[in-house]
Amino acid sequence: MPIAVSMTVNGKAVSGDVEARTLLVTFIREQLGLTGTHVGCDTSQCGACVVHIDGESVKSCTVLAAQADGTDIMTIEGLADGDTLHPMQEAFRENHALQCGFCTPGMVMSAVDLLKNNANPSEQEIREWLEGNLCRCTGYHNIVKAIKACADGAGAR
Amino acid sequence: MTETGIGVAVRRVEDYRFLTGQGNYTDDINRPGQAHASILRSPHAHARIKGIDTKAARAAPGVIAVFTGADVAADGLGGLPCGWQVTDRHGNPMVEPAHPILVSDTVRHVGDQVAVVIAERRNQARDAADKIVVDYEPLPACVATGAAMAKGSPQVWDEAAGNLCYDWELGDRAACDEAFSKAAHAAKVEIVNNRLIPNAMEPRTAVAEYDRGTGEYTLYTANQNPHVVRLLMGAFVLQIPEHKLRVVAPDVGGGFGSKIHPYAEDAILVWASKKIRRPIKWTADRSESFMSDAHGRDHVSTAELALDADGKFLALKVDTTANMGAYLSTFAPCVPTYLYALLLAGVYTTPVVYCEVKAVFTHTVPVDAYRGAGRPEATYLVERIVDEAARLTGIDRAEIRRRNFIPRDAFPYQTPVVVEYDSGDYQSTLEIALKEADYDGFEARRKASADEGKLRGIGISTYIEACGIAPSAVVGSVGARAGLYESAAVRVNPTGSVSVFTGSHSHGQGHETTFAQLVSEQLGVPFDQIEIVHGDTNRIPFGMGTYGSRSLAVGGSALVKAMDKVIEKGKKIAAHIMEAAVEDIEFKDGSFTVAGTDKSMALAEISGAAYVPHNYPITELEPGLEEQAFYDPLNFTFPGGCHICEVEIDRDTGVVDIASFVAVDDVGRVINPMIVEGQVQGGIAQGIGQALYESCVYDADGQLLTGSYNDYNMPKADLIPNMRVQTHNTLCTHNPLGVKGVGEVGAIGSPPAVMNAVLDALGPLGIHHMDMPATPQKVWAAINGASMPQAAE
Repeated sequence: MPIAVSMTVNGKAVSGDVEARTLLVTFIREQLGLTGTHVGCDTSQCGACVVHIDGESVKSCTVLAAQADGTDIMTIEGLADGDTLHPMQEAFRENHALQCGFCTPGMVMSAVDLLKNNANPSEQEIREWLEGNLCRCTGYHNIVKAIKACADGAGAR
Repeated sequence: MTETGIGVAVRRVEDYRFLTGQGNYTDDINRPGQAHASILRSPHAHARIKGIDTKAARAAPGVIAVFTGADVAADGLGGLPCGWQVTDRHGNPMVEPAHPILVSDTVRHVGDQVAVVIAERRNQARDAADKIVVDYEPLPACVATGAAMAKGSPQVWDEAAGNLCYDWELGDRAACDEAFSKAAHAAKVEIVNNRLIPNAMEPRTAVAEYDRGTGEYTLYTANQNPHVVRLLMGAFVLQIPEHKLRVVAPDVGGGFGSKIHPYAEDAILVWASKKIRRPIKWTADRSESFMSDAHGRDHVSTAELALDADGKFLALKVDTTANMGAYLSTFAPCVPTYLYALLLAGVYTTPVVYCEVKAVFTHTVPVDAYRGAGRPEATYLVERIVDEAARLTGIDRAEIRRRNFIPRDAFPYQTPVVVEYDSGDYQSTLEIALKEADYDGFEARRKASADEGKLRGIGISTYIEACGIAPSAVVGSVGARAGLYESAAVRVNPTGSVSVFTGSHSHGQGHETTFAQLVSEQLGVPFDQIEIVHGDTNRIPFGMGTYGSRSLAVGGSALVKAMDKVIEKGKKIAAHIMEAAVEDIEFKDGSFTVAGTDKSMALAEISGAAYVPHNYPITELEPGLEEQAFYDPLNFTFPGGCHICEVEIDRDTGVVDIASFVAVDDVGRVINPMIVEGQVQGGIAQGIGQALYESCVYDADGQLLTGSYNDYNMPKADLIPNMRVQTHNTLCTHNPLGVKGVGEVGAIGSPPAVMNAVLDALGPLGIHHMDMPATPQKVWAAINGASMPQAAE
């Protein structure tokens, strides 16, 4: 039996029919066509699929689309203000915090939530927060640097 | 140097799309009418297939087709080819078993592909795959590298007696034995280079479609070298001529070697897309990636180093068994031979090196190139035994290296293992790194740690590696089935913008930025007027792709050559229009000038005149301003350097904490220092991963125990330290840019630095050997074993 779901995604009202087992990430990628949210694993560990649900970072592979009914979701596509990058996106670019770009959307969405919870995290706090986001390219060095720079206001130019 | 030229940390062109979710990875691509594939994989390491019943699967909801090995055989498809043929010590070719895209008789590793289900939706394809009944007769499996050749070990292939693929050697054994007979000291290590699973964050994925109207196939695939896929898959597997097969590798989420190879799934999708007349998508689950992406490393070695009384190296003898897995992947045979033994001289003057390598088959996933491919294995072995030699002789570990370095004035330097190094400065990279790491102050820090009950160690690795495998004639003579040059085409468009079509492929390296910097520098064109096109066989004339840190050294050199040709032609056009002799035309900063005059034309004016001329030497010169060049490297390039790692070990938990990591690398000319640093940092993280966290583990039956991120310990942000990286560069002498390559140095140089530090910390307890990864469990057990002598044996 299809389940009707509706939610707000990046400020727009969306709706659709999903299977009971449809994951939120599948709904976002395949039904809404927002392919910036990625899938890098099947055990909820890589964090490439992180979006914000009602303002909190969540792995969208760990939530059923039906569970997200009625929520307000933001994906990486909704983060920038028009053509102006969000300070965290700008900090990632400025600090070379991305290489292949695959983990980047989840990493950025996770980092934005970190600063909401902790405006001035230490390096160790950043590293611990990112425990649920895997990156194979950067060695995390520049990701940590970018988040720190963003927290310090250096990323917003 | 301009603001966007060579040597500037230009921010990346690629980043905007990746940061805003506008990247175009293969799984983001959907074609009209697209169906979805699911691959049924073997749950057994070794089993005979007695029957496959697909009836229930065919009848399942949404199923369009189910294909098995019988269908592949009926259509006469070929197997996956191997790109390198190693000849053994007796002059015989390696054993090269068939590598079918769907297996019909015997499965040979967990994950071996048995059938494909194609359905309207992805979940339907998976559900139906579960309904296929395969009647397996499980057979005993051969798993461990070191036991593969043992008497009575289960056989992987009938044609490979004792599971031996080849028995290869390099060097003069008699000379080596002679040197050992005269040695004052002989150090010995027995080491395992642990099997790794590459784990690019984007799983492998493909979309294939067939156009009935034109007879053309298109394959979108997450791959590092689309032209190689087209060449090998079209010619050997599917018998599709190149003009009817387009391969596109769009944005690719990391490769690290695992996406070099044409995989079975690519071929299955292309073939099936014609059979069902529908586009088909397949994207691996991470669990599938673990059991079907080519793995890396997996060597078991014994090495002995002979030294004279002063600690000078006299000879190195190495005996390695290398695991190929169940089939020969594309470059697998060359990894433990020509990419390994040729680097065993390291950065030292060791006059004699002898190496024998036995490649063996096992019932495991095929092993092939993974970041570094052969050079990390060589480096790890050499740097471990150098430390062992230092311990044996009592010479300081930095000092024993100094005594044996190839001097900076000795280049070009012919090693005893075929290759000739062109440039390097190993003394300086060591000394800079020692200073940066405060090597002299280490003993005080060791004592401070000891005062807190902790063990502290420092480890040095002075490494060398070889990039841009070359030259084509030589690699051909030792088994490469294709030359290894690269191509680039440069089109100056009529209004003066520049399009570059490169055969190199970027999957995180940032070529769209660095290659544009080369163009900006050489042609004087504004950065935003340059596009770098890669990853599409329909747009790029030819290419061999990106692996072995070859993009800049080989692909960049081809680009420089093509730009030289553009300038040469531009001069002829400029000479005609400005009524001067060609020899008097100078090109600088984007303008053609008649020497000694103020007569000048910008590149954009010349390109306009080249395409839509009113005044053009049409009888002497073709219109247009587009040139293609191929570059065949004259030699490998040889990046090198020094990595120093300092660790602190908690005796109670066995946890190894990296207190500092310093890298000083010689990568030749740097085009973009920001990108170079990023490459080194990422490589070091993978090297630390190998040394401390990662290991592919099979049980005795060949079941993959590390088949998910629950079990395979990927380095996470809180497991990796800050790194202090810098370069100290000498230029490559044989390519036009002087570049060496930087993609793999981090993963090559770092593992022995970490392990030498761990063993330095544990040395006072009498622990002088440990295999990677140095997990808390292993370290704790070693510490406790060491303090309880009765349990040590």
